[in-house]
Amino acid sequence: MPEWIYRRLGDRLFATLVAVLGLGVVGAALLITVVLYQGSAEAFRTFGFFGFLTSSVWDAVRGVFGAWPPLLGTLITASLALLLAFFPALAAAIFVVEMAPRWLREPVAYLVDLLAALPSVVYGLWGIFVLVPLVRAHLELPLFTWAAARAPLLVPLLGPPTGIGLLSATLVLALMIVPYASSLARDALALVPQSQREAMFALGATRWEVVRRVVIPYARAGIFSGVVLALARALGETMAVTMLIGNAVNLPYTVFGPAATMASLIANEFTEADTDLHLSALVAVGFVLLLLSLLTNLAATWVLHRLSRKEVRR
Amino acid sequence: MNANLRRRYLRDWLMQGLVFLGTAVVLVPLLFILYYVLVQGIGALSPAFFTRPPAPPGEGGGGMLPAIVGSLVVDSLALVLAAVFGIAAGVLLAEYPDHPLNPLLRLVVDVMAGLPAILMGLVAFVVVVKPLGHFSGLSGAVALALLMIPIVTRATEGVLKLIPWELTEAGLALGLPRWRVILSLVLPAARGGILTGLMLALARGAGEAAPLLFTAFGNPYLTFNPLEPMDTLPLKLYVYAISPYEDWHRQAWGAALLLAAAIMAASFLARRTLRR
Repeated sequence: MPEWIYRRLGDRLFATLVAVLGLGVVGAALLITVVLYQGSAEAFRTFGFFGFLTSSVWDAVRGVFGAWPPLLGTLITASLALLLAFFPALAAAIFVVEMAPRWLREPVAYLVDLLAALPSVVYGLWGIFVLVPLVRAHLELPLFTWAAARAPLLVPLLGPPTGIGLLSATLVLALMIVPYASSLARDALALVPQSQREAMFALGATRWEVVRRVVIPYARAGIFSGVVLALARALGETMAVTMLIGNAVNLPYTVFGPAATMASLIANEFTEADTDLHLSALVAVGFVLLLLSLLTNLAATWVLHRLSRKEVRR
Repeated sequence: MNANLRRRYLRDWLMQGLVFLGTAVVLVPLLFILYYVLVQGIGALSPAFFTRPPAPPGEGGGGMLPAIVGSLVVDSLALVLAAVFGIAAGVLLAEYPDHPLNPLLRLVVDVMAGLPAILMGLVAFVVVVKPLGHFSGLSGAVALALLMIPIVTRATEGVLKLIPWELTEAGLALGLPRWRVILSLVLPAARGGILTGLMLALARGAGEAAPLLFTAFGNPYLTFNPLEPMDTLPLKLYVYAISPYEDWHRQAWGAALLLAAAIMAASFLARRTLRR
């Protein structure tokens, strides 16, 4: 093989090949956006972008589609799940980094991360056959009977205590997003220099005071990015939610009653959609979900930038 | 001991207790899930489970063979696609740091990693299913590959940056062109880390059902042809779990055990190589 082919052309070819494949990845991302945008065009043309977002009627039979109920369902389940998951996730991170004896650290960290490795459908299966009966018998029925006897005004707010619905879906969702928040928080806590802790101990601080006043503030950027990652997961989580939320697109949602999220709606109706408008409305819901994910990521980048500029980087 | 100190000790004790409790709140449900999957699943794993196609609804018996084969076919296709694009993108980011494409590529990879998996299914539906005119294992593999690419890219870039620059210099000093240095020195040195990334990507993709609902779609008959609709374990698990049949529920637990065991093994292996 002549030298120049091996050397010049080889380098040129390899660099081009790598760049083309890299461009392919960029192209794939653009493709996602374009495909979802084009697919939703018909729905947006029919109902208008904001009309589609704010209308609360989703009726496939009449061909009227509004994305507000599933959007609301996504926002409710994701934010409640995040609220439920945050403190246990942070606690698990603090336990591993600050409190656990050395031999216990790796196993606990591994187990928490294992939560992220378990497939969504396995959570759904466990939810249907184990959690839902438990929630119904020990949480919903007692609350419901109490409300029926003592506070009848609450009854319409609580909804039917069947176990399948918003509450169960949110509980499982919270469990599923814990590892994302926890593992980033754990990494951030572990990066806090030992000298910071020692200085605080030398001042006579208790262990909790060290954690609260030094370690958490130092690691807050990392903790925050974990929260955002968990939120992004919660927004898009599909299978477990679909299996547990009951898939009712109609408002009003109740605490126990069935509801829908954007992801569960797509999963549930996409293969059954028989009109172009219905299909387009479902893709449009996907487009809204895409926008919401992008918005979450961008907001996070911005806040993270501000957090880390002010003082410590994570 | 004065009152102030006592209050601080009490608070310390209380908060440490809460931290402990919070950890337990995370770990107990996990052990609960693992216990149930193991106990319920182990009874379903009979020879028929691995060797028979599904029986008609409500009849009982039958197995998961088409779903097991489908999982293997769809997941390995997705892994090949994700490896080709993901590793190349990682090489571009790490070995050609001044390439004009890089800022955009890095942004795209970050954004893609945060997108819901079901959107990948919508895209694969429009791009592959619609032009072909029918559901196929291939379209499912495309959807999963979109999901896996950012994981592979990040892992590849990360490990390539850890390879000492001296290795590249040594190669160049021997008169090797850049591409030979990357292919024969840098990539082999980074093999462990790249394999770890592929393993993690596989673990993530193999458990997904959402993007496969309207791409691979499911198929009760055994097929090795990725141009036909295919079943995978997560898909079958979903269908069986929401079905009204006792025997299908049993098999769903079996599928859950098989899936969880495979994925846990993959991520455990990845974790071990990562720490070394």
